[in-house]
Amino acid sequence: MIPELGHFALIVALLLALTQGILPIVGAHRGNAAFMAVARPAAQAQFAFVALAFGCLAYAFLTNDFSVENVARNSFSQLPEIYRFTATWGSHEGSLLLWALILGVWTTAVTVFSKHLPDDMAARVIGVMGLISSGFLAFLLATSNPFLRLVPAAAEGNDMNPLLQDPGMVVHPPMLYMGYVGFSVAFAFAIAALLSGKLDAAWARWSRPWTTVAWTFLTVGIALGSWWAYYELGWGGWWFWDPTENASFMPWLAGTALIHSLAVTEKRGAFKSWTVLLAIAAFSLSLLGTFLVRSGVLSSVHAFATDPARGVFILGFLGVVIGGSLLLYAWRAPRLMAGGPFTWFSRESLLLANNVLLIAAMGSVLLGTLYPLFIDALNMGKISVGPPYFNAVFVPLITPALFLVGIGPLARWKQASLPALAQRLKWAFVVALATAALLPLTLKGFSFTASLGLFLVLWIVFTVAIGFADRVQHGEGGLGARLKALPRAFWGMQLAHFGLAVAVCGATVVSHFQADRDVRMNIGDYVELAGYRFTFQGATPVPGPNYQAMRGRVEVSRGGQKQFVLEPEKRSYNASGMPMTEAAIHYNLLRDVYVSLGEPLANGAWSVRVYYKPFVDWLWLGGLFLALGGVLAASDRRYRIALKKAAPPAPATAAGGAKA
Amino acid sequence: MKRFIPFIVFAVLATFFYVGLSRNPREVPSPFIGKPAPAFAQPQLFEPAKTFSPKDMQGQVWLFNVWASWCVSCRDEHPYLVELAKAKRLPIVGLNYKDKPEEAKAWLAQLGNPYSLAVVDPEGRVGIDYGVYGVPETYLIDRAGVIRYKQTGPVTPQVWQEKFEPLLKELGV
Repeated sequence: MIPELGHFALIVALLLALTQGILPIVGAHRGNAAFMAVARPAAQAQFAFVALAFGCLAYAFLTNDFSVENVARNSFSQLPEIYRFTATWGSHEGSLLLWALILGVWTTAVTVFSKHLPDDMAARVIGVMGLISSGFLAFLLATSNPFLRLVPAAAEGNDMNPLLQDPGMVVHPPMLYMGYVGFSVAFAFAIAALLSGKLDAAWARWSRPWTTVAWTFLTVGIALGSWWAYYELGWGGWWFWDPTENASFMPWLAGTALIHSLAVTEKRGAFKSWTVLLAIAAFSLSLLGTFLVRSGVLSSVHAFATDPARGVFILGFLGVVIGGSLLLYAWRAPRLMAGGPFTWFSRESLLLANNVLLIAAMGSVLLGTLYPLFIDALNMGKISVGPPYFNAVFVPLITPALFLVGIGPLARWKQASLPALAQRLKWAFVVALATAALLPLTLKGFSFTASLGLFLVLWIVFTVAIGFADRVQHGEGGLGARLKALPRAFWGMQLAHFGLAVAVCGATVVSHFQADRDVRMNIGDYVELAGYRFTFQGATPVPGPNYQAMRGRVEVSRGGQKQFVLEPEKRSYNASGMPMTEAAIHYNLLRDVYVSLGEPLANGAWSVRVYYKPFVDWLWLGGLFLALGGVLAASDRRYRIALKKAAPPAPATAAGGAKA
Repeated sequence: MKRFIPFIVFAVLATFFYVGLSRNPREVPSPFIGKPAPAFAQPQLFEPAKTFSPKDMQGQVWLFNVWASWCVSCRDEHPYLVELAKAKRLPIVGLNYKDKPEEAKAWLAQLGNPYSLAVVDPEGRVGIDYGVYGVPETYLIDRAGVIRYKQTGPVTPQVWQEKFEPLLKELGV
């Protein structure tokens, strides 16, 4: 009965989404206030029904209702309760339902925090989101109904993929989807602005906090996913350029470009075409990611069941949403007037250069991800594109972008002086360059890429410091008071740039100075790596709730002193028989020590992999700073003021907040 | 014209996606096609005292279907196999893969038995020889004992029409 209730709730939600999508947009076009007023209640009711459907599915999973096919395929009675719950979004159908649920969360947030918007704008934005939701709900009902019954019911489930039986599953997909789907708000604002023909600074100002919040979630989602892959896959890698990872990274790059472009549009009225296109691109890439992962056109370690009918449906949906919005753009483009003029060296031009580089980097990832598909479609064979391509293409494109991170925030709008800026930055440049060239020499010998990475790290850190120094030179009170008086938008930007430096530092150091050994170990054998001695003390069987594990014991010592014991596991899951490696990691900000069990060998011996990973945690620490920067920027005073005002804010507030 | 560039780029991409959809990136041609079916001798499910070996089918075109009672996709496939068995065009031999005999028998009793004969492979050793990597899998084996086709995943009416029928015509079945 409960699954049927969920199915019914989905149908009602679709009808509400269609209402939410059609009436307010028609109303905004005709100036019909009654139609426009439908937007908010319809959106909120739609969300309530999607939430009800989601609750019904979660209930079916929690109660082990194996008469529901989705539950029988993706769950198992011995599965711990928390994973039975997360199994709700572990399947194709469930993850799409989560997508729809999160779209409901964002739409409801827009209905609540849009009181200051003109009625027609709010109606269009909510309407566009309703149309997107209609597409997803129709897709769910037509091809991916999560509530289908299995007759006769299965006695036992097929189990959840053991890779997904991890606490990472609790937070990673919801965070990632909050980011993906969050870009729908910026998209809806752009489409609403194109529909109304009013593309002005106000539109950019409304979009900014939403974009920043979505970007923050996506940043957290990607960082969590990378960390999860690091500890769960047992290979010590943190980024694999897997199609699914790329699918989340491309919207992130486009979203990063969008954040910067929106800043220019808001402050200077320039780059309107760019900004609109980036808003469309960021969300389109999110949809594309869903298509790539869900349709099965690309093989990936993440791909689940695939079905061509689903692929055709998503592709058609993609065609309507992306193709339609790009045609709308082409139609309205002549109305996009150029903003204030600027010279070749100004903050505008630097941000433009940065955006071009980010988009080029995104394009290179897109090309590498889709290349196997192109080759197959042209009947030229089956190939796969691996990390060597991505590293060779992505790094040269992102390097100049990282260099510009140091200059952009210090340059003036409209017209900056190159000699003056060079004068201010020359010491930062020289010190960063000298340190980066010499430091690797003292460690492991010269390496160009290691020096380049370190140079960029120091360059960004120094210029961030100079940025703060500039801002606190004048003003009242002591240093603390002056720092406190700086707007949160400024803090957010600088913290995010600093986080970027931290992450680049982690990536550079771990790539150049990591070490690993893959050895056969008898009980009592030891292996030495980076000054640590790893002694294998054997493996013993340990039962788990739904698996049998062999738990190894590895004592780690340094200089004859026992440091700690690591207990990596090799698990075999009862339902699927799938083996899983659970690495044991000793975390430390300066280095991780990582041990994973390979295969059992004769007489209690095992093949064991040991890794020394210097600075690897800086990658995720950097991600945390990036996200904190996003939170600070999105909570800037001028947005909070805008929220408090029920009436449309005076245009003058656009210049408030950040000075520059 | 410049303003249409984003749309044109997208239209080209979408065309590639459409073509890509009709292809399966995981469909790697099986190295077993065109090779003799690996030999084995395994106990039969209903008469464990007797064994079965692919040699026993010499001179016949037959289907070799790998299934298990724990496999949900096998449940999807099963009614169609029963239908095929009723048509009596060719014998179907089942390989009960990594399963318990009682559960396998109960499953067949409940859903119908399409197999002219079922063999057990409790440890999955035969599965390794045949390169099984997902259940269900179905092999089409000709009179000389050569594997002509391998279907990974359920045999559906569509798969049967597109993949099996042309080969069966060729083999004169």
